[in-house]
Amino acid sequence: MQNMNAGIVSYGVYVPRYRITPAEIGQVWGVDGAAMGQGLNIERKSVPAPDEDTITISTEALRVALLRAKIDPQEIGALYVGSESHPYAVKPTATIVAHAVGATPHLTAADYEFACKAGTAAIQTCLGLVRSEMIRYGVAIGTDTSQGAPGDALEYSASAGGGALVIGRENVIATVNHTVSYTTDTPDFWRREGQRYPSHGGRFTGEPAYFRHVSECAKSMFQAAGTTTKDYTHVVFHQPNGKFPRRIGTQLGFTDDQMKYGMVTPRIGNTYSAAALIGLANVLDHAKPGERILVVGYGSGAGSDAFDLTVTDALAGYNRSIGLPVQFFLDGGVELSYSVYAKFRGKIDMGEA
Amino acid sequence: MTIARFWRETPRRYNLGGSRCSVCTTVYFPPRTVCPTCTAHRQSLGKMEPFQLSGEGEVVTFSIVHEPAEGFEMQVPYALAIVKAVEGPLLTGQVVNVVPEEVKIGLKVHATFRKLREEGAAGVIHYGYKFAPKEEAGTGPRAGREAEPAPTPALSPDPSRARA
Repeated sequence: MQNMNAGIVSYGVYVPRYRITPAEIGQVWGVDGAAMGQGLNIERKSVPAPDEDTITISTEALRVALLRAKIDPQEIGALYVGSESHPYAVKPTATIVAHAVGATPHLTAADYEFACKAGTAAIQTCLGLVRSEMIRYGVAIGTDTSQGAPGDALEYSASAGGGALVIGRENVIATVNHTVSYTTDTPDFWRREGQRYPSHGGRFTGEPAYFRHVSECAKSMFQAAGTTTKDYTHVVFHQPNGKFPRRIGTQLGFTDDQMKYGMVTPRIGNTYSAAALIGLANVLDHAKPGERILVVGYGSGAGSDAFDLTVTDALAGYNRSIGLPVQFFLDGGVELSYSVYAKFRGKIDMGEA
Repeated sequence: MTIARFWRETPRRYNLGGSRCSVCTTVYFPPRTVCPTCTAHRQSLGKMEPFQLSGEGEVVTFSIVHEPAEGFEMQVPYALAIVKAVEGPLLTGQVVNVVPEEVKIGLKVHATFRKLREEGAAGVIHYGYKFAPKEEAGTGPRAGREAEPAPTPALSPDPSRARA
């Protein structure tokens, strides 16, 4: 019998400091960037500093999560980092993050890759290990420093950020009641080995990909949990832009009020593997005991993972004031010109010198 | 820097792992195996214990670098500071998440985890601590613990006796 009390024990988020607006990107490529941003419902996106990557962002997010619940890093039995922008092709992100938080050496660690849903896949793995009592705490991280090709539609949204969740059985602040997935072979977005920028199927990324998977996964959750949209106080979707999640939410019958805290992409862009996790973190920043949350992630290629969560009374004893709330990252930031952004993101050819 | 040399230093570079003399409580970073300031220094032999700095501190002095070291070209101009940790030791590090004009003596900072340099496009990437203004994003290995009760007096570090 599964230990059904498992769930989220702590969470932390980190988003780099720099931002760029669609208008600034558009003026370089002769496009009405402001209109583009309005169409995508993206006001600005985050940009990592030259010395930030998936490893540093994951570490910052996890350090906050460990401090908030006063977790001894040596009690972490598994650590998984989901990303499509791991700094090394071979050499795990997870080992460096584990060492940097003091969790080594007695744990299992690995990197996950499933486009934007590698982080939610890591949550499911941790849940299995925690429920079966193989480990005390599991860490699931979703982080990306995604890039779009210069001038491509993706360049207006691809951003950087990370979310870390500690999964356990004790002092759970949000119990995971159910998790279901929906997976198919759908080539909507990919990056071949050695290629610098991803490719995508344009409009094909919509109906047969994002909308079908998120919608089918949400419906299979309603069936598994015996719930309807009305049972949830908050809903979080994967958010490649600010437009898709709003449309799928409305189609499924959710109100703006249910979606408001889960929507973070309009202010920081698409953080890929981190998007659903940062949306969930923002919900947890505002949540009250007893509230029910639905999270539906999505990763191209393609698949969706859904989670049905209930916020517990343990939230009262949980210190959300350590570290920075998601709202800090939504409000703050320093805007860059396209030229400095291009320098920071390695888009300027520096030659072989 | 060779791979092995940097790898040996990861406990201090990643986690600010220093040492503390259990006789006189002085904290050292980088870690020392004997206590040079302890009057009973022979007694410190074998009594130096690992000690992790909180990452909290303040800028003692700084330089704005316009002629970068190799690998830092993308970050010019940047601030390089000597930071006095709350536990006493002085540390040298870059201050990030700030425009250089805002770096001042006395600025409260905390350690953050960043990429230090990479050995070309195919080589190893080195990570470690830098500093960020305290109100900005970023955390030290033990940031936020200042609100906890202080350690027992006998073991609490005496900042006035600390050496870098």
